[in-house]
Amino acid sequence: MATGLEETNELGIGEINKYDFRTESTAVFKARKGLDAAIVAQISEMKNEPTWMRDFRLKSLEIFESKAMPEWGGRLGINFQDIFYYLKPTDKQGKTWDEVPESIKETFDRLGIPEAERKFLAGVKAQFESEVVYGSLQEDLAQKGVIFTDTDTAVREHSDLLREYFGTVIPPTDNKFAALNSAVWSGGSFIYVPKGVSIEFPLQAYFRINAESMGQFERTLIIVDEGAHVHYVEGCTAPMYSTESLHSAVVEIVVKKHGRCRYTTIQNWANNIYNLVTKRAMAYEGALMEWIDGNLGSQLTMKYPAVYLMEPGARGEILSIAFASAGQHQDAGAKIVHAAPHTSGRIVSKSISKNGGRASYRGLVKVEPGATKSKSSVVCDALILDDKSRSDTYPYIEIEEQDVSIGHEASVSKIGEEQLFYLMSRGLTEAEASTMIVGGFIEPLVKELPMEYAVEMNKLIQLQMEGSVG
Amino acid sequence: MTAPAAERLVIKGLHVAVEGQEILKGVDLSIGCGEVHALMGPNGSGKSTLGYAIMGHPSYEITAGSIELVKSDGTRIDVLAMEPDERARAGIFLAFQRPMAIPGVRVADFLRHCVTNVRNPDRKEGEELMPMREFRNELKAKMAELSMDPDFARRYVNDGFSGGEMKRAEILQLAMLKPTFAILDETDSGLDADAVRLASESIARIGSGGAQGSSEMGILIITHHEQLLEHNVPLKTHVMLGGRIVESGGPELAAELHKKGYERIRAAYPEAAAAEKAMEDTRADLAAT
Repeated sequence: MATGLEETNELGIGEINKYDFRTESTAVFKARKGLDAAIVAQISEMKNEPTWMRDFRLKSLEIFESKAMPEWGGRLGINFQDIFYYLKPTDKQGKTWDEVPESIKETFDRLGIPEAERKFLAGVKAQFESEVVYGSLQEDLAQKGVIFTDTDTAVREHSDLLREYFGTVIPPTDNKFAALNSAVWSGGSFIYVPKGVSIEFPLQAYFRINAESMGQFERTLIIVDEGAHVHYVEGCTAPMYSTESLHSAVVEIVVKKHGRCRYTTIQNWANNIYNLVTKRAMAYEGALMEWIDGNLGSQLTMKYPAVYLMEPGARGEILSIAFASAGQHQDAGAKIVHAAPHTSGRIVSKSISKNGGRASYRGLVKVEPGATKSKSSVVCDALILDDKSRSDTYPYIEIEEQDVSIGHEASVSKIGEEQLFYLMSRGLTEAEASTMIVGGFIEPLVKELPMEYAVEMNKLIQLQMEGSVG
Repeated sequence: MTAPAAERLVIKGLHVAVEGQEILKGVDLSIGCGEVHALMGPNGSGKSTLGYAIMGHPSYEITAGSIELVKSDGTRIDVLAMEPDERARAGIFLAFQRPMAIPGVRVADFLRHCVTNVRNPDRKEGEELMPMREFRNELKAKMAELSMDPDFARRYVNDGFSGGEMKRAEILQLAMLKPTFAILDETDSGLDADAVRLASESIARIGSGGAQGSSEMGILIITHHEQLLEHNVPLKTHVMLGGRIVESGGPELAAELHKKGYERIRAAYPEAAAAEKAMEDTRADLAAT
C-alpha cells in the first residue's frame, strides 16, 4: 500500500518546477546577478523613480546588509549574490502555447483556469489582457475615486498619497527580508478606497495582472479610508512557476476608523521556492481587518500575517491554512497585537502535512500595557496524514495587562482508520475518503473564500491528495 | 447491458481474528435477495465482528473460510478479495452501530459522492458526480419519507448527532444507496419505542422498494430486541454464541430470546458457552493490563 507513494507523488502539480519557463531572451533589460548599491540604483533609474524612492531603496539595502538571517523558523539556503533582482518584461510573446508541457496544460484544465489566464501563467504571454476583460470594472472603480493600480505606476502617478504610507506599516528595519524587499521591490498592487466607499465585489489581482505584479519582490499597499470596505484577492490558486528560488513580498495595509478590509491569498508555489513574506495591517477605531491565507507548495514558506489593533474597538481576524507535502516546510501563523483597549483578535490556523511534509504554526498574541478589556482567541488544528510527516506549534503569548481575556486551543489529529473504513464502506476509494476528510478539516476556512476560490481550493486539495494513498 | 445481479450472500466456515484473538470460530450463513434474517446473541458473541468482516474492516483478519456473492447465472464473486469500497459497489452495506463523525463534510455532499460511486461501479476518481438537481430531488424525497428535517442534509456527517440522529442517518444512507445486501448492526440501540417502530417501518419499505439490480434487498438484522423485526419478519433467526451460529429458527425464536434470554441456549450448547466464557476472560485480562 505504501510503496507507490514516491512515484505517484511526482504526478502532482508540485513537480512542475522541473520544467524550464525562462523567457530571458525576450527581456529588454536585465540587471546583472547579485545585489549591491549599483544594482539597486539601476533598478530605481530604470523605473524613473523620484529621488525619495531611490534613497529609500539604498537605505533599505544598508539595513538588509546589517541584519543577520533569522535563526528560527525553517532552514534557509539562499545565496543572495546568485539571484537576478530585476528583470524588465517585454510585451513580446516569450514562447508558444505548444511549448508548454502537457502536464501543466492538464493542471490548468482541471483547475478550470480561463484561457487568457493560462497563457499568462504558463509564461506564454507577458501581458494579461486585463483591459479587454475588466475594462468596465476599472471605469466603475475610477468613478468612485478608487485607485487600483500596480505599485510602480502609483509611485509615478500618486506619489504624495503613496509616500504618506509607504514603509510606515512595515519599515525596512522590521526584518531582513522586509529590508530586501524595500531595496529591490517591483510590482504589487496599490489600492486606495476613499471615505465611505464600499466595493461590493472582491478586487482581484487578475484585473490588472501583468508580469511585474507577480514578481519575486512584490510590494502591496492598501489604504482603506474611514468607513470604507474592500475585499482584495491576491494571486491565484494556479501553480506559479519561477526559475528564481526566492520570493519575498511585503504587504502593508492601513484600515482607518470603521473601515473594513479583507485580504485573501491562496498561494501555490513550485517546490523550489523560498516564500518569505511580511504582511501587516494597522486597524484603527472600530475597524476590521481580516487575513485569509492559504499556503500550498514552496520549499519553505515563512509567513505570519499580522494585525496591529491601534485604537479602541479595532478587530483583527486571521484564518490560515497550510498544506505541506514532501520536501516542504510551511512555517506559517499569525500575529495579533492589542495596542488599545476594547480590541479583539481571533486566529484560526489549520495545517495538513503528508508525505514527509512539515507544517508549523508560529503565532504571537501580544497585549500591550493599557489595552484593557481586550479579547483574543487562538485555535490551531493540525492534521497529519502519515507517520513520515510532522507538525509543530509555537504559540507565543505576551500579556502586559491584567484585565484581558485570552484563549488558546490546539489539536493534532491523524486520519483515523475507523473514519477511512466508514467512508470506504460507503463506496469511496481510500484516496477519495482521505480527500474528503481533509476537505472537511479545512471547510471552516474554505467557506470564507469567494465561491470560485473555494472551488479551486477544493480542486487543489484533491490534486495534492491524489496518489497520497493506495 | 447489466451484469446478472447477485442473488445470495454466502458465508462458509468463517474464522475471524482481531489482534490475534479468534472471535468468529466457523460461521456459516446464506442470505438470499428478499430475505430477512435476524442475528441475535449475547454481547461479545461476535455479531458485530461478522458485520465488520463482511464489510472488510482492515483490523478483522480472516483466518479461514469464505464470503462470496453468488449471481443468478451461478458465477461466484470472492468478496474477501475486495477492498471495502469495492464491496460497497458490489452491493453490500453495513449500518454501523457507532457511525464515525466526519467533521466539515456535509451529509448531502458525502451522500452524493457515495451514491455516484455505488451506482457507477466503474467510475474513476475525479469523474463527474451525479447531477446536483437530480440528487437533491431524490435526497429530499427520501428524507421526507423518513420524516427527516431538510436541514439535516446540510449538517456535518454524524458530527454532534444524537444517538437517534446517527441511526436515522444510517437508515437514510441505506435508502439512498439501495444495496443488494444490508447488515444492520443494532440500528435500534439507543432509540425509544416510537423511534424503533419508525425505523422498523422504514427498513421494511426500503428493503422491498427495489434494491439495485434485484427486486428486493437481503437484510441481516443484528438486534437484541424483536421490535425492529415487527415490520421485518425474519425468514430465519440465528443465535450466535461464542463465535458460532449455534441455532437457527423462525421468527418465534427471536420472540423467545427477547422474552427469556440466552439461558436455554447456553445450556443446550455447553461448548459454545465455554468459548463465550473464555473470550470474556481474555477481554477482562486485556482490560486489566
